[in-house]
Amino acid sequence: MTTAARRWQPGQRSMLPYAVLAGIALAIVWVLVASGLWTDILRYRKDILYLTRQHLVLVAVSGGAAIVTGVSLGIWLSRPSMARYAEATMQAVNMATSIPTLGKLALMMTLLGIGPLPAIVGLWVATLLPIVRNTYAGLRAVPGHLVDAAQGMGMSPGAILRRVELPNALFVIFAGIRTAMAVNVGTAPIAFLIGGGGLGELIFTGIDLQEYGMMLAGAIPTALLAVAVDFLFGQVQYWLVPRGVNPLRNS
Amino acid sequence: MIRLESLTKIYPSAHGGAASVDRVSFEVGAGETCVLLGPSGCGKTTTLRMINRLVAPTSGKVFIEGRDTSAADPVELRRTIGYVIQQIGLFPNMTVAENIGVVPRLLNWDRVRMRRRAEELLAMLALDPAEFLDRYPNELSGGQAQRVGVARALAADPPVLLMDEPFGAVDPVNREVIQDEFLRMQKALRKTVLFVSHDIDEAVKMADRIAIFRAGRLEQYAAPDELLGRPANEFVASFVGSDRTLKRLRRIPVSEVVSGAGSGDPGVPPHTPTVSPTDDLRRVATLFLEQGVDVLRCVDADGRVVGIVTRDAVAARLAAPAGALGASPE
Repeated sequence: MTTAARRWQPGQRSMLPYAVLAGIALAIVWVLVASGLWTDILRYRKDILYLTRQHLVLVAVSGGAAIVTGVSLGIWLSRPSMARYAEATMQAVNMATSIPTLGKLALMMTLLGIGPLPAIVGLWVATLLPIVRNTYAGLRAVPGHLVDAAQGMGMSPGAILRRVELPNALFVIFAGIRTAMAVNVGTAPIAFLIGGGGLGELIFTGIDLQEYGMMLAGAIPTALLAVAVDFLFGQVQYWLVPRGVNPLRNS
Repeated sequence: MIRLESLTKIYPSAHGGAASVDRVSFEVGAGETCVLLGPSGCGKTTTLRMINRLVAPTSGKVFIEGRDTSAADPVELRRTIGYVIQQIGLFPNMTVAENIGVVPRLLNWDRVRMRRRAEELLAMLALDPAEFLDRYPNELSGGQAQRVGVARALAADPPVLLMDEPFGAVDPVNREVIQDEFLRMQKALRKTVLFVSHDIDEAVKMADRIAIFRAGRLEQYAAPDELLGRPANEFVASFVGSDRTLKRLRRIPVSEVVSGAGSGDPGVPPHTPTVSPTDDLRRVATLFLEQGVDVLRCVDADGRVVGIVTRDAVAARLAAPAGALGASPE
């Protein structure tokens, strides 16, 4: 019972930012309704639904692929056999991170043309980097004596990775995934510029036509999506990272 | 039983590489505690790590209970050898029960048996199972963590235990307590223990045999009493310290210097201070100095006088060729 209480309390604390956001959101809705923009936005109901689905596909496919490949790449780079190349690779990864996302999408367009595919590939690249970086850094930060103890007790290298290294690096890896997904969701509207579709269509067209209702019809779902994705990954992080190595759950 | 045969480790380097461990041979009997002692960088830890093959020997062999360990799969081999390190190395992502269950799980024990074993070990190490089984390592004090580390090494009941400065990170007061607990436990379990230390006092207290290393070479391998009584060379003498005779007193029981059977020794007045046959000579020396006496009565647990202890007997014992008087454990 006491452990249940200990587990739950920090959870409630981590809900606080979302409660604040909900308050702000309510205030915005009130402004929108009062100014009459709300009815403008609702005119794009069908577009919102259609484009949100497109948007979600962009985010899910590029983000999912980035998590799988990024974590794998980070693990691979952290293996002792890769030590010689790992630092150089991480330098390259850091440099690639500094290229603006719009630049990355433009590069993808020149390579792969227009449409959803270059958009997904561009988003995948932009999302990949923080995940690789954090996975690598998280695994490298696992104290050497833990690996030594694990080896000395007769764990196989695979078991050491699964049962010791990854659980102890998981919090840092998740921090990378959350950062990456925030970048992903925030960048996804730009995919429209290279024909990738998504809610960017309403935002950019709305800006061009000075139709604020249209712009907000794209912008508000984008913002909500960003909050929802971060909430989702925050919860997964909270419950998946073992309590002994989870700063959010150490009371 | 562990036998090292000409065990050598050479790390390749630009200058051809000097031997970190140079043709080390010795044998530790079953149930004995052997302390590997020496200054840092002397090769004692490397020697220990070659026994469970965390370090691959350049040449030479290790036999555990007669079997050549180079023939075994290193991962399988390590599951039969308990391993405790200075940093303890409890996995912070696992509870105490899960940490203790690491090797049993590798050996495919069932859940109930693992839980029972964890409870049993915690109780043996003076930790309340109900309170500690489900704690995480960050909820333990240093001494508690060290006990769990020992419990984890003992989980699958390995015949051999390797300990690399296991109590080095514990504060001096708790270290004494844990050392005493370990000695008590070892008396019951009779594991074959190899124990790395750089602390001569710890070695004298814990060891049946001490192996002193310098620069990769084994300088002397002897029981504590012999090592202190007859250091093989200058290095050993200076390492054990100029107070080596005082250190020796700890390991010599009163029973070895008691003389004159029966209670009727006429020369000893009845109010003479008493010692027990199981006391060590530190107690005798303390009484000699504090009370200014030359003779003590030795009284057993039932209050019977079993003999007397004289200064001459103590001096004779300390002067005797060490090992000749059954000071070694065999």
